[in-house]
Amino acid sequence: MPGLGTLYGLGGATTHLMDLQHADLIVIQGSNFAENHPVGFRFAMMAKERGAKIVHVDPRFTRTSALADLYIPIRSGTDIAFTGGLINYVLSNDAYFKEYVHAYTSASFLVHPDFRDTEDLDGMFSGYDPDKCTYDAKAWRYEIDDSSQPSSGGGEASVHEGGKRPKQDPTLQHPRCVINVIKRHYARYTPEMVESITGAPRESFLKLARMLVENSGRERTAVYAYAMGWAQHTVGVQNIRAAATLQALLGNTGRPGGGIMALRGHASIQGSTDIATLYDNFPGYLKVPTLEKDETDFATWSKAHTMRSGRWADFPAYAISLLKAWYGEHAQAHNDWNFARLPLNTGDHSDLPMFFSMKDGEVEGLVLYGQNPAVGGQNAALQRGAMERLKWLVVRDIFETESATFWKRESADPTKIGTEVFFLPVAGVAEKAGTFTNTMRLVQFHEKAVDPPGDARSDLAFTYDLGKRLRALYADSENWLDRPLLDLTWDYESDDPHERALGEPDVEKVMREINGYRIETGEHVRDAHDLRDDGSTACGAWIYAGMFPAPGRNLTRRRIADPANPASPEWAWAWPNNVRTLYNRASADPNGVPWSERKKLVWWDEGAGRWTGDDAPDFPPHTAPSYRAPDDARGEDAIDGDTPFVMLEYGRSEIFGVNGTADGPLPTHYEPRESPVGNALYPNVQYNPVLKEWRRRDNPYHAIGDPKYPYVVTTYRLTEHHAAGAMSRQLPWLAELQPAAFCELSPELAVEKGIRNGDWVTVETARGDIEVRALVTGRMQPFRLGPGRFVHQIGIPYHFGYEGEVRGDSANDLPPLVADPNVTIHEGKAFTGNIRPGRRDPFKAQTPEEEDVPKSEQTPFGNPERPGPVAGPGGKGGTVEAEVVPPEEVMAASRLVHELDERNAAGEGIRQHGD
Amino acid sequence: MADTKRPVIDLTSLLSRAAGALGERVGALPNVLSKRSEQLRPRIAGAKKTPGVCPYCAVGCGTTVYSKGNTIVDIEGNPDSPINAGTLCPKGSATYQLHVNPNRITTAKYRAPFATEWTDVPYDWAMERIAQRIKDTRDRTFREHDEHGRRVNRTTAIASLGGATLDNEENYLIAKLFRNIGTPFIENQARI
Repeated sequence: MPGLGTLYGLGGATTHLMDLQHADLIVIQGSNFAENHPVGFRFAMMAKERGAKIVHVDPRFTRTSALADLYIPIRSGTDIAFTGGLINYVLSNDAYFKEYVHAYTSASFLVHPDFRDTEDLDGMFSGYDPDKCTYDAKAWRYEIDDSSQPSSGGGEASVHEGGKRPKQDPTLQHPRCVINVIKRHYARYTPEMVESITGAPRESFLKLARMLVENSGRERTAVYAYAMGWAQHTVGVQNIRAAATLQALLGNTGRPGGGIMALRGHASIQGSTDIATLYDNFPGYLKVPTLEKDETDFATWSKAHTMRSGRWADFPAYAISLLKAWYGEHAQAHNDWNFARLPLNTGDHSDLPMFFSMKDGEVEGLVLYGQNPAVGGQNAALQRGAMERLKWLVVRDIFETESATFWKRESADPTKIGTEVFFLPVAGVAEKAGTFTNTMRLVQFHEKAVDPPGDARSDLAFTYDLGKRLRALYADSENWLDRPLLDLTWDYESDDPHERALGEPDVEKVMREINGYRIETGEHVRDAHDLRDDGSTACGAWIYAGMFPAPGRNLTRRRIADPANPASPEWAWAWPNNVRTLYNRASADPNGVPWSERKKLVWWDEGAGRWTGDDAPDFPPHTAPSYRAPDDARGEDAIDGDTPFVMLEYGRSEIFGVNGTADGPLPTHYEPRESPVGNALYPNVQYNPVLKEWRRRDNPYHAIGDPKYPYVVTTYRLTEHHAAGAMSRQLPWLAELQPAAFCELSPELAVEKGIRNGDWVTVETARGDIEVRALVTGRMQPFRLGPGRFVHQIGIPYHFGYEGEVRGDSANDLPPLVADPNVTIHEGKAFTGNIRPGRRDPFKAQTPEEEDVPKSEQTPFGNPERPGPVAGPGGKGGTVEAEVVPPEEVMAASRLVHELDERNAAGEGIRQHGD
Repeated sequence: MADTKRPVIDLTSLLSRAAGALGERVGALPNVLSKRSEQLRPRIAGAKKTPGVCPYCAVGCGTTVYSKGNTIVDIEGNPDSPINAGTLCPKGSATYQLHVNPNRITTAKYRAPFATEWTDVPYDWAMERIAQRIKDTRDRTFREHDEHGRRVNRTTAIASLGGATLDNEENYLIAKLFRNIGTPFIENQARI
């Protein structure tokens, strides 16, 4: 999650669920908290019972809105305009938390005189390279104080070579002070502009702005909660950075009842990011070496990611410990820690390029570990079609998924599909032991209750077994390219004869490797400070060091709740170092004294000479507030005692993005890739100019304001179903609670289109058509973007597919593949489409599935392209040609329709909808 | 936070008092609790309790898995958990049926190229064949250098895509194994 990482240092929720009860204001935006994380929502309700206010900002009125004190509708994909408006309100009213901002953010740093903002360059930042269509992030830097002493031992990950300090103006008067740059950037995000872009009524917007200011400061705190509604956009990372900026300005981060509650989607999403099975990360957020940066030897790679100050100063220790954990004695200083054998990245190898590459015949074998792209993937028909090109496919799941049976689907002829498919049944969570990391970085161990049935095995057993078989197949190889497999440490054999007979390895042996150990003595490391860069320690993921500090002391298995402290520090273990509220040194003022008695969490105990409080301090425990780092210090020693963000170079939250983002140092409003309206703020830059796109005939995009596709479409999830449905549509208990695929639309749109509640409707995009039931509800409403300008939105749950107890068309057949430039996350939350009454044409070809793409449209390994700045329609950000009838007129017509309906249905009671 | 002042309602005594009152009017009545009801015990009585974690959303509710022998008899919210205090949402409450479900596949299955149906196959045969397919693809497609002569050590013909319910340890072994098979295409629902 670079959205949070670039601003605060770590890619994780800054707070924990239980802490929501300490908030005075909870703003939920980009999340349907009550329905998608229902049990976590109880802490929001506890806060409400104590007098806190809840505000929900969302395109749909949901149960979360129903429980909120204020609901603000907002058109999908316009969140930065909204949050930017709040930043503008806070800054232009001089309502930010001054002491906090001065001390704990980069507000006083001077931005380099060469920097140009989007306000200067008509929607573009300086540093744009029109040949590559990318930004050079070096253009977004501070002005260096040449009089500061350069320090030694710094790596290149430092923003400034040699570690010289930026110039500062503590009076915040200088026009190039970060805070003044931010102020100018958002000056045009006025309540009027916010309303005309987002459709949020300006009175509601202003009400929230006032609530935020009233509920921030020494005595009070506000918290933001978000989920996929922010992430799944071509500006996904910047959506989150916008809120993180606002929270930094309001002084809410690192404090009780404050911060950003990132609501991850599923049981192990945070864990799969930490212990990354992602193309660009090794476990522990170590970036995979890439030829894009010429990282061809250990020294170059290590230097590129080592910072002079903060915890990343120890990158070499983390990286060498990982290579020691993997290759044991085969990784030595004299052979560059076996670095030369690692596969190198050459671009974007994420799941989107992966599927294009599969469609083009490059990827010939795929292992699916409980993943169902045939339903869950964007432009899902393309993904199903791509799977037909595979030579072999392994599906590991608990039930038969659509991805396992893609060759049997309605439109496919199995006798023409040459894919060899293996289905291996898996153990359920209660049939195996291991850990999940939940949405608040809490690593919890689940014990094994019973053996899995029949051939079902854990994915741990499968992977371990597969590794053993591959090593046996290559055992006699003399080819040095096969050495990495043979050099691996690969012994997790269980000591329990029963588990051994099942082929189940010892999960605690894997946990010991992740936690880390000293190679000579075998002792477990106690935390990441024990890791060394001399090859004497092994550690699979440095951020998890400390979860298993000694044999028999697996802290993730702790289950001691503390009624006096809702954080329950002895319930399981949170990374890093069991810290529950990240950056909690910020809960005290620069002198180490809590900002207020009401909001105290961690403070400096002068007598004891250490930080203390109700949470493990997320700060060097003995670094006094008065400590000033000498110029030659490195690592945590180079962080001053009054700067809480220890992952970052200057220990301050980087509200001006000097590193890490691909699309600008400040979040900026751009329209989604597909939108019915122009960009009112920057008419010449319609959407994120550096987003990732694939212009191919199997992935067509709609034109801006295409009259064939005039409505905004968004996908979402239901309480009763799970992701692509494999774990819910096969369960009768859940299936009967939500038995059919449907879409939600407003009565206004329904009347305009002649659609009645319960009717079959077809939703169309250039990628495909789906048929679902219409749910006509006042929970959906048209957005009024100005006099006579309305935009309709349609919402569709995406859980359905052609297997299971309940079936239906997949909403993910509709969106295109297009992605955020930072993390290649797709834009399932905002695209355009059309809706019409009636069922879909069964004979209409599903373009993406069937068409071959000519070589000229393919890119190597499915790598994406960048659009560069694309002007909006008419250059004025007006609405497009599409004629929209004002909702008032539509509703008048609807009353007539309604009367007719009632007459027809008289005596029938509830209408039955058969096929 | 139990409220100690709240009166405890004893259903059995209430019912027998009601039955007694009725009996005075219409003559002797048997106890309204039938013998069968009296002898009924909860499904979870005597079951082994194993602490678990809900596999659905990211809240991480604690569960208690009740089992008898090798059979799960129920999965409920763990009242000790500071996260959920015994509660579960509809999905979490269905975790029992996720495990005990006639739709579950419990044998290894194989679909040969161009076949129209699955065939049940021995697990060991499937595993060995998968390993051989990976080796075959890897050996044919592995490249030490890219087209510019730069060392890449990899195959771009093999991919791994993980779901939302993998344990950390499973992810760790997947990352370790597939990176060393040599594929850059290692991905997860976390991005999706």
